[in-house]
Amino acid sequence: MIAVLSSAPSAVGVLADLSYWQQTVIKAGVVAVVIPTAALILGYVFLLKMMSFVQSRLGPMEAGPHGTLQLLADGLKFLQKEDIFPEKSDRFVFAAAPVMVLVSTFLLYVALPVGPDAVVSDLDAGVFYVLAVSSLSVVGILMAGWASANKYALIGGLRAAGQLIAYELPLVLAVVGVIIQAGTLNLQGIVLAQANGEIFGWGAIGFPYIFTQFAGFLIFLIAIQAELTQPPFDMPVAESEIVGGYQVEYTGFRFLFFFMGEFGTAFVFAGIASVLFLGGWYVPGFDVDSNWLNLLGPIVMLVKIMAVSFLVFWFRFTYPRFREDQLQKLAWKVLIPVALANIVITGILKVAV
Amino acid sequence: MSDFLRSYLTVGLFGGLAVLMAVLILGLGKVLRPTRAQRQKYISYESGVDPVGDGWEQSNIRYYIFALLFVMFDIEIVFIFAWAIRLEAFGFFGLVEMAIFIFILLLGLLYAWRKRVLRWV
Repeated sequence: MIAVLSSAPSAVGVLADLSYWQQTVIKAGVVAVVIPTAALILGYVFLLKMMSFVQSRLGPMEAGPHGTLQLLADGLKFLQKEDIFPEKSDRFVFAAAPVMVLVSTFLLYVALPVGPDAVVSDLDAGVFYVLAVSSLSVVGILMAGWASANKYALIGGLRAAGQLIAYELPLVLAVVGVIIQAGTLNLQGIVLAQANGEIFGWGAIGFPYIFTQFAGFLIFLIAIQAELTQPPFDMPVAESEIVGGYQVEYTGFRFLFFFMGEFGTAFVFAGIASVLFLGGWYVPGFDVDSNWLNLLGPIVMLVKIMAVSFLVFWFRFTYPRFREDQLQKLAWKVLIPVALANIVITGILKVAV
Repeated sequence: MSDFLRSYLTVGLFGGLAVLMAVLILGLGKVLRPTRAQRQKYISYESGVDPVGDGWEQSNIRYYIFALLFVMFDIEIVFIFAWAIRLEAFGFFGLVEMAIFIFILLLGLLYAWRKRVLRWV
């Protein structure tokens, strides 16, 4: 047992000695496994089970113990579905749209750090990159809506674009407070700044920015909810009005790619929120570059991601759908002014204190 | 290759990985799935009724002004990001500068609000 424990951190340390290409292949393999797994975990724990309990029912119980294999069974079923392109659709764009959503999800995972060395690529402009790449999925959704040559799909795609226009701004502005405090755009730098910070001169647990950026955290949560087109911001897919919106003409795994993209992105956005506001992979009491954190960091991150996801899905199951005018009103008349005020106040405190 | 370029090479490779994964899964599906073409399957879905007119109908998207505001704000945010990183170095001077900048930005938002273009019509 002790031998296993002492050899495990060095196994992660060995990764740093490999060449770039060897490292990239290993990391690509890990991410290619993590994304479907993340979608399955969030889908099972929250979408199937938590939603059922919120609505006073049991949810799937037959496939595997307590329905754990339900989503795998669904995946196998989708794999065997006939592939249908509507005759009037723009075939190339129609086929490219789900892939675009998947690309956006993969690119988000590149920047997410889960340990001192456990990051795919430690980008200098990490936060900026994440925010830029996350909007790519909306391009995919717009492509899907347009290429389907279907009125429901077109309306869904346009609604998604309108929602992005309103909620991209609060998302970006909410992050600025964190950047002012950390003084860097690098996600590892933000984790280190929180690990080395002190709360009123007491530095035992570091300084997670949620204590000073609580308004930013709330705005960030609301905005990612909208970016993910989850209820109460699910106007683009509203199944009772436009029967799934941009997804209406998709069958089989092409449809499932949107689902994987949505839940994979929910997972990574919860991860970004934990890095920005909850202290990331840092465990109090450890040296910030200790090899142990490469091992403990992913576990801590998983716990934080599940906690943030719980909040996201709690909103999802509790609130009814917004109307389009209420949606725009919330963004432009509440979130953006509050986020701007947050930036000014954070700036004043940063310079004055 | 410099570390900077290399970190973005990884980004490009991961984009390729996503495409590869999609192609592999759809390729596997191609082996498993049936293909039984019937004319009705390829008609656009409109809740079971035969589609009326073209799928690409003209419609009023209603958020033209919002889109213009979005572009304006999005560009301002790029400046705010650059300022936020260096605030410690700029100190009081930077703070006043940005206060004026955000004040003008808010003035624009208030003007739009007062002109009732933030109302969904």
